Amino acid sequence: MNVLITGISGNLGRGLLRRLHKDHAVQGLDRRPLPGRPKDVEVHQLDIRKKKVEELFRKGGIDALIHMAIIHDPRLPQEEHHSFNVLGTKAVLGFAARYGVKKVVVLSSANNYGPSPRNDNFLSEDAPLLGSQRFAGIRDLIEVDMFAQQFIWKYPEVETVILRPVHIVGPTIKNAPSNYLRLERPWTLAGFDPMVQLLHQDDLALCMEKALRPGARGIFNVVGPGELPLSRILGELGRTPIPVPQFLAKPLLTRMWQSRLTSFPAPELDHLQFLCTVDGSKAQRELEYRPVHTLRETIRSVLIGG
Amino acid sequence: MPPDSSSEKPPPAALVRHREEPRGLFGRLRGAMEKWTLQQGGEALEKRLERLEVPRNEYGVDPFGFDLEFAKAALGPVLWLYQNYFRVETHGIEKLPKGSCLIVANHSGQLPLDAAMIGCSLLVEAEPPRVGRAMVERWAQTLPFVAPLFARIGQVVGTPENCRRLLAAGETILVFPEGVRGLNKTYEKSYQLQEFGLGFMRLALECKVPIVPVAVVGAEEQAPALWDFKAAAKVLGFPALPITLTLVPLPLPVKYHLHFGAPLRFEGSPDDEDAGLERRVREVKAVIQAMLDAGRVSRKSIFF
Repeated sequence: MNVLITGISGNLGRGLLRRLHKDHAVQGLDRRPLPGRPKDVEVHQLDIRKKKVEELFRKGGIDALIHMAIIHDPRLPQEEHHSFNVLGTKAVLGFAARYGVKKVVVLSSANNYGPSPRNDNFLSEDAPLLGSQRFAGIRDLIEVDMFAQQFIWKYPEVETVILRPVHIVGPTIKNAPSNYLRLERPWTLAGFDPMVQLLHQDDLALCMEKALRPGARGIFNVVGPGELPLSRILGELGRTPIPVPQFLAKPLLTRMWQSRLTSFPAPELDHLQFLCTVDGSKAQRELEYRPVHTLRETIRSVLIGG
Repeated sequence: MPPDSSSEKPPPAALVRHREEPRGLFGRLRGAMEKWTLQQGGEALEKRLERLEVPRNEYGVDPFGFDLEFAKAALGPVLWLYQNYFRVETHGIEKLPKGSCLIVANHSGQLPLDAAMIGCSLLVEAEPPRVGRAMVERWAQTLPFVAPLFARIGQVVGTPENCRRLLAAGETILVFPEGVRGLNKTYEKSYQLQEFGLGFMRLALECKVPIVPVAVVGAEEQAPALWDFKAAAKVLGFPALPITLTLVPLPLPVKYHLHFGAPLRFEGSPDDEDAGLERRVREVKAVIQAMLDAGRVSRKSIFF
């Protein structure tokens, strides 16, 4: 299968390339170069919003598009997020529909449901995406997911898969949860210890490969090997948590964020307080996806190279 | 232990400072509490706890956060209240069906100790022993220390989806359809069942599980409330703020009687109109009210 991966030069993208390279003809699309790639993998070094991207699709021959060129850097202005994520997604998905790509896989996130005291312990795919109620910084990510949902209905001839993975961790991953777990003395919220789900980056790549199979379509939560109280995860890593009272934590972290003393925006604290855990059984049933890494391996994966 | 843990490569030693489990003040306290539990319950309790069927991962936690080891420690004070303080007497606990069911009880006493006592009776007296999973208010999730405590001892936020999932897994669910309306009512309304929610009936119909009515006699007198300070409750974000004889609801050493009724089985569509459900809910309510009335007549006194 001829697969185009957007955002291939990121940590997740490179992992996915390693997995798909054996069985598929892969080409990439990314602003960043991809040094050390296999010789037969071509990377088009382009911004996904550029006109020239259409040319790639027009040439034809792309069977599947895996769209993971999504940025989430809370330091960047919201306009840049919106422009890159939402307009970029609209552009590439639009080309996919116009030029007869049969399969589209979009990487979204289970964090879009948002941590909340009202959540079910295991949210299903039809739960509303309320994450931006308390964290306006992820509005664009929710918009990407919503756009992809519309795309499913609008283009039934395209097999579209939306994946909503839980917190992705891994040796090369540098997202908020992985960075948090790498802290020697991480903050916790005093008196709170929510259940947390982690997913190894290789297991996500595996799930994406499964999503490429003909016939697979729809929205899927992607979970790892299970859920644990946050305290157990920190214990497994030998961390010494600092419990901070809830009423202090938010103002303190907001200040630290403003003076650039931390890379964690204050709304992320909700993940230390409330549940945002999902039911991954649909992906198990319909994609036949099962995580390979154990709970212990998944937790410890943040250590290697970290 | 899971089979996979042995096949794993150990991570670089420099990166992991491994931690012995019971450590520090909290760890020692937990160890002591667990010992207390087993001291009170003896070998019989230990055997019963071993018979519990709890799905657990390699860290000893179930998917909802229930942790049997933690629960053993937390059981210490509950067991003491059960045996020595409230001297709980159960009636008809042998009527509990095998497999999943919804236990529906009246709620009273300002503090949800009635839930703890029913839960304790399921562990130490029911056959087979089981963990009662109480459906708690969403509000509890926002309370520091309470939220994780509830989760570790097997309580679950009472969303229909959570309930469905647990019933499908064969669990025993504990529901108080009166909610805080019953728990925090003032004394002049004692032993009068407040309005019942309909959610439990929908779930019973949908999951086709029996309802076991339970009447708790005694809890009503443990902390009689004279007045509900509604204005202050609103400011604090509490569902109610009852003022009791002792100001704060310290429970008096009343005697508890738990009356278990015969399982009720209902048939019909869970998507029925409210009116249809209300009829069935009234039936359950009438059974509990009758058991309450009979239980009050048959007890010798409030305290003995």
